[in-house]
Amino acid sequence: MSSAEWQLVGFSLRMALASLLLILPVGLALAWWLARKDWRGKALVETLVSLPLVLPPVVTGLVLLQLFGRRGPVGSWLHTTFNYDVVFTWRAVVLALATMSLPLFVRAARTAFEEVDEKFEQLARTLGAGEWRVFFTITLPLAKRGVLAGTLLAFARALGEFGATIMVAGNIPGQTTTLPVAIYQAVENGEDVHAWTLAGVSAVIAFAAVFISEKLQRRRK
Amino acid sequence: MKNKIPVAILSSLFALQLHAAQVTVFAAASLNESLKQIAADYEKTSGDKIIFNFAASGTLSRQIEAGAPVDIFFAADETKADALEKKGLLVSGTRKSLLGNSLVIVTPTDAAAIHSPAELTNAAVQHIALGEAKTVPCGTYAKAYLEKLQLWLAVEPKVVPCESVRAVLAAVESGNVDAGFVYKTDAAISKKVKVAYEVPAADAPKISYPLALVKDAPQSEAAKRFITYLDSDAASAVFKQFGFIVLSSPPAK
Repeated sequence: MSSAEWQLVGFSLRMALASLLLILPVGLALAWWLARKDWRGKALVETLVSLPLVLPPVVTGLVLLQLFGRRGPVGSWLHTTFNYDVVFTWRAVVLALATMSLPLFVRAARTAFEEVDEKFEQLARTLGAGEWRVFFTITLPLAKRGVLAGTLLAFARALGEFGATIMVAGNIPGQTTTLPVAIYQAVENGEDVHAWTLAGVSAVIAFAAVFISEKLQRRRK
Repeated sequence: MKNKIPVAILSSLFALQLHAAQVTVFAAASLNESLKQIAADYEKTSGDKIIFNFAASGTLSRQIEAGAPVDIFFAADETKADALEKKGLLVSGTRKSLLGNSLVIVTPTDAAAIHSPAELTNAAVQHIALGEAKTVPCGTYAKAYLEKLQLWLAVEPKVVPCESVRAVLAAVESGNVDAGFVYKTDAAISKKVKVAYEVPAADAPKISYPLALVKDAPQSEAAKRFITYLDSDAASAVFKQFGFIVLSSPPAK
């Protein structure tokens, strides 16, 4: 592999990891909320969270582009208030990856939380622990495997994201080009060797992530 | 007696099929509106049906190499036709250089004005949309032009490569980029961009649209008829109406 190819792989890994940083707090809160609480309209939130899983990725990309574009409601606000641009920058890559892989994480983490026996949590509360402490010392450690498996799945999904990424972040070499986008471009340019090299790297990373994730989930049972 | 009517219907259907051919044309994205209008006129008189696949010329040549069932290749860059011809995928003797075009710099209508290519290096210009230089002819031309002006190194970090000239146009229309390079004919069909600078023909690389019959074309006879029509006065008038330069050169070798 050439140094440019290594750089591309490094960039893609960094973007996927950055998207995890966005997903973890949001996803854990959502998963816990869905697992432990009941409220009106819960089904609606459940559906909305899972939507990027089944919508064509370019549709998710289109929605993000409309929201975060320089003339979009969020994008124009960020641009005028902070002179902060999202579309066609690495931030758009992270945004697209996070949106697309959040559902996978939430689904896995929610199931893991639901499998934690609430008696342990009650016990901790009777001993005087606050809700945060209950979550971090009881619920999360007991749901550890499922949450980790979900994290790995989300990470693997992020590395493979194409449709939403190309819509909001484009294909700027060295700035927004991720592995799948580079593979597409290589095929377009007739650079088959380059395309296959990158495809091989993607396969190895995806295999490792899913393999570990499966192992974690199986051991939980 | 009972069978006569269905037989008559069937035979007339077959008769129609024999005369009406479906001609598949792979054409450069910039030809979209003009070719559709020409084809609509042609379909009325000839009875043949024209089917289009519009994309970047590089993408189309890749698809033809991969064996797409196509009759006519109409690219925006001679080198894309050269590559296919070298591989024996175009029918020699059918190739013509039909059209010319010019390059313009466009900006969103509400953006600050740019008056020269040198202003693309200003700090206020953060993103510049360009066709992907290897597959999109408009991008190839724009890159060559900026290199000639020795602006490429300064502009390159701002470039947002797009998958066709129409993707460049859309990026500028949306206001997500500050400027872009498209053809004059593309700028003319959009109300959401303004032409900031028209590149003089003398400064730009020669922009030339080659047209040829593809080898193993499924409908080669009908395709030849359409190629002849594309070179007719009626078709030329439409191309001119959209702002293309109609070349009157003899067919290329």
